[in-house]
Amino acid sequence: MENPVELLGGFSLRLLREMGGMAVMFVQAMLYTFKPPFRFRLLLKQMEFIGVKSTLVVLLTGLFSGMVLALQGYYGFRKFGGESLLGATVALSLVRELGPVLTGLMVTARAGSAIAAELGTMRVTEQIDALWAMAVNPVHYLVMPRIWAGILMLPLLTILADVIGILGGYFVGVILLKINAGIFVAKMRALVELSDILNGLYKSFVFGALLTLIGCYKGYHARGGAEGVGRATTEAVVISSISILVGDYILTSLLFS
Amino acid sequence: MGRSGTGKSVLLKHIIGLMEPDEGQIIVDGQDITKMSAKELLKIRKRFGMLFQEGALFDSMTVGENVAFPLYEHTKLSEKEIWQRVREKLAQVDLLGAIDKMPSELSGGMKKRAALARALALEPEIVLFDEPTTGLDPVMQLNIGFLIKKTQQQHKLTCVVISHDIIVARATADRIAFLHEGVIIAQGSPEEIARFPHPFVQEFWQTLELGSKEVGHEERPFEPGT
Repeated sequence: MENPVELLGGFSLRLLREMGGMAVMFVQAMLYTFKPPFRFRLLLKQMEFIGVKSTLVVLLTGLFSGMVLALQGYYGFRKFGGESLLGATVALSLVRELGPVLTGLMVTARAGSAIAAELGTMRVTEQIDALWAMAVNPVHYLVMPRIWAGILMLPLLTILADVIGILGGYFVGVILLKINAGIFVAKMRALVELSDILNGLYKSFVFGALLTLIGCYKGYHARGGAEGVGRATTEAVVISSISILVGDYILTSLLFS
Repeated sequence: MGRSGTGKSVLLKHIIGLMEPDEGQIIVDGQDITKMSAKELLKIRKRFGMLFQEGALFDSMTVGENVAFPLYEHTKLSEKEIWQRVREKLAQVDLLGAIDKMPSELSGGMKKRAALARALALEPEIVLFDEPTTGLDPVMQLNIGFLIKKTQQQHKLTCVVISHDIIVARATADRIAFLHEGVIIAQGSPEEIARFPHPFVQEFWQTLELGSKEVGHEERPFEPGT
């Protein structure tokens, strides 16, 4: 049986090595942004894949999150006559927390996994070596456009999720649960501030960078054929999801203190 | 040549700088590439073409786009000129009809030929081949071997080929190096290697000859047009 201290030590060293590796990859990708060729077409292609093609799943997530928030919130607020606060609560919960986090998690599941699988397959079939052999830097060609696409598209997707979530909450609160529409909206406008919305979007910038960086890193370093690609994909999704949740706590305490 | 696991692919990857040596030098035309910066190394790589074992074609691009890729990246040719050269290179490997196909639609031999066209796109001086005929049927092995020889003669290339195929080795090689446990134990022309008095070299060479005779290979030199 392995020594628990050895296990902990091994785990910590691996974690540090991976975090270091990801930090190096991120810095390289950012530096290559300003180096020609500028890869604009690749960036657009990735923005379409990560952003545009995630629209439907993000809209569904936002809609049902807003609806269930309103439903659950109503039964809580009704106990002390606070139904008028439902609109503001739904809106604040979405823009500050659920919009960025759920969008990040859904895009991780969809695009983060695909990025890890694509780069992992390229690694195990020597396509990444072929890029090097043809004097094309794979971080410049593959990683940089994906990270920027994540940074640019996640805030836009989060805005979509927030808007449709609030509409879903309105539908449940006003149409189904018969809360006064005027009060629902007025409290929302009074209590939601621009800083709430902006801080939520800052989170989504960070989540966009994280999920694409982790997907790229895991795929780029995949080893061992199909099993290795599968492992890289799973790890990318798990680590991205945990990073988003941990990062959310850290960012919330920094931004909203 | 050498047995599996002796370091042949690793050697090839060192030559092009895909791997860094623990010690020693790699000298290309008088320049030690182990001492080069990443920028200088990228520059040297433009003089190389490399054919990977499974082709390593980019599977999100068509055959034509694969061959055009290094031209878009490294030349200032116009769109028209690039595609003219793509068609030229594909015609040389007899793959012009597959220009719009995806790599997943190609057979093993076709993938290798497409990868060869891509490796030659920038008209390199040195081409590295990682087991170009492994996994192909004997007829295709002969064809690829002939293509390598023809290309080398036509373009006056330096070719470094890793192979287990004795037909390709004997007919295309000017010199053969034998790798055993990470060390080159013999170097010379095919005839010299066949006579080399090292037990491993003799065992390997005779096993290859025996194997090729059992599947009905005939020993004949390559002739243009076959």
